[in-house]
Amino acid sequence: MSNQYEIRLSGAGGQGLILAGIILAEAAIKDGKNAVQTQSYGPEARGGASKSEVIISNKEINYPKVRKCDLLLALTQKACDEYIDSLKKDGILIVDNSVEVKRKDIKKFKLPVIETANEKLKVPMVANIVALGAICKASSIVTKDSLENAILNRVPRGTEDINKTAFEKGLNLINN
Amino acid sequence: MMSNHIKLMQGNEACVEGAIAAGMRFFAGYPITPSTEIAEISAQRLPRVGGKFIQMEDEIGSMAAVIGASLTGLKAMTATSGPGFSLKQENIGYAAIAEVPCVIINVQRGGPSTGLPTSPAQGDIMQAKWGTHGDHPVIALSPSSVRETFDLTIKAFNYAEKYRVPVIMLMDEVIGHMREKVEIPNREDLEVIDRKKPTSGLVDYKPYRIEDGELVPPMAEYGGEYRFHVTGLVHDETGFPSNTPKVAESLIKRLIKKIDDNKKDIFLYEEYKLEDAEIALISFGSTARSAKSAVDMARAEGIKVGLFRPITIWPFLDTEIEQLAKKVNKIITVEMNLGQYAIEVERKACKYAHVDKYGKLNGELITPDEILKKIKEV
Repeated sequence: MSNQYEIRLSGAGGQGLILAGIILAEAAIKDGKNAVQTQSYGPEARGGASKSEVIISNKEINYPKVRKCDLLLALTQKACDEYIDSLKKDGILIVDNSVEVKRKDIKKFKLPVIETANEKLKVPMVANIVALGAICKASSIVTKDSLENAILNRVPRGTEDINKTAFEKGLNLINN
Repeated sequence: MMSNHIKLMQGNEACVEGAIAAGMRFFAGYPITPSTEIAEISAQRLPRVGGKFIQMEDEIGSMAAVIGASLTGLKAMTATSGPGFSLKQENIGYAAIAEVPCVIINVQRGGPSTGLPTSPAQGDIMQAKWGTHGDHPVIALSPSSVRETFDLTIKAFNYAEKYRVPVIMLMDEVIGHMREKVEIPNREDLEVIDRKKPTSGLVDYKPYRIEDGELVPPMAEYGGEYRFHVTGLVHDETGFPSNTPKVAESLIKRLIKKIDDNKKDIFLYEEYKLEDAEIALISFGSTARSAKSAVDMARAEGIKVGLFRPITIWPFLDTEIEQLAKKVNKIITVEMNLGQYAIEVERKACKYAHVDKYGKLNGELITPDEILKKIKEV
């Protein structure tokens, strides 16, 4: 199970986390790996808690849900508080800069994900794609090319350019 | 490079693709979480292959439409979850007695009633068998992966057509909503079975006449050249109602026998690391994935555990479970309910092995750690 990489994307319903999970899993498959994506959400369409999980592996994946994750994305304080303990020691945490985090034994990236989408790109809907850029840079779990490819395959026609820009902005949120 | 056949696919999507590959050309349903994608994708896909999709006024209406469509010669399916499955029951019985092939997908969620709409459960095991009244035949299958959902949907249609019975697919929210990497086989590699059609003359045609050595009558289609009557009442070979005790008994017994005598063809299951196992887990659907992980974890600690995974839920795998019980010391059933399948297992296994059960119904998938803990307890 050591070559299995587990990712949890959390936040509020409507933030596009399920789509982000699908895109990550598709990118992993493009890279020739195995991937499973699951989700959980409440009965409401948006506003409630939302969680999307991706497991990437070189082997067969049996239990499809994420237990201890290697990477946690939390776009809301509530999501972060709920899932922070599920992140492995030295795991990667990517949070929106509005989120406060106490844990110190992790690799923490506090980034203006929502601000980038809202203020710089003026399209709140692309926050998930900005986050994918940051995930790609922080973890290298999927290749940049496969991820960009997967994004462009999944987003609605006519929105390719803005999503490409959002992805680039996300990549650039983390300096080498 | 990714080939065209390899893609990330959702369980519900694989169900529709399997159905279309099997020849489904009619879908009637009333959308309900967590099965909604099946109706949604059917609505998109069916018109493109010359099929029809109809959203009905409710679940029992959907079941009626499916029966009607099947009688005209089309392969027909509906999809639902617990609350809708309850509402379909009366017409599932109609399909059973009138011998109308049809496929009913139940993507199980937490119950009873509207319960937990977005959470998985496996609480409809007994309902799949006994939801509609009276002694009746039914086949129920339960997939554990997206690819298997594709394959079993085709098998569901094949069994429905071959035996003229309603076939129920017991999926669950995890399998329905999960996306995983799948390789879709080529159409020409798939086995697709169509119903047998009558060859007798038009004048002396009897829709429920059984040829010697057969158990399933051939089936004409409404709108074709054969004229026939279909009823939910007990009927003789003409298809018209009968109150004769002899007719009643022979009809119902034949309906049961056509499945009982063909168990070998219908029994599907998987065995995992059972060769030297002292403890056998029995689990199906999404929980079988957790059980498989638990087997590996326990084996790593030197505990001899294996997994028996029923794929066919009904008819019950009686002979197989008995064989299994003779080989191992202990059996643990693992299911997302408080022990529905366990009742059947106990019935067959208790003479030979100790049967314990692990169940959970809080809306969360059972984890491998929980199963491992249970293994260590017994």
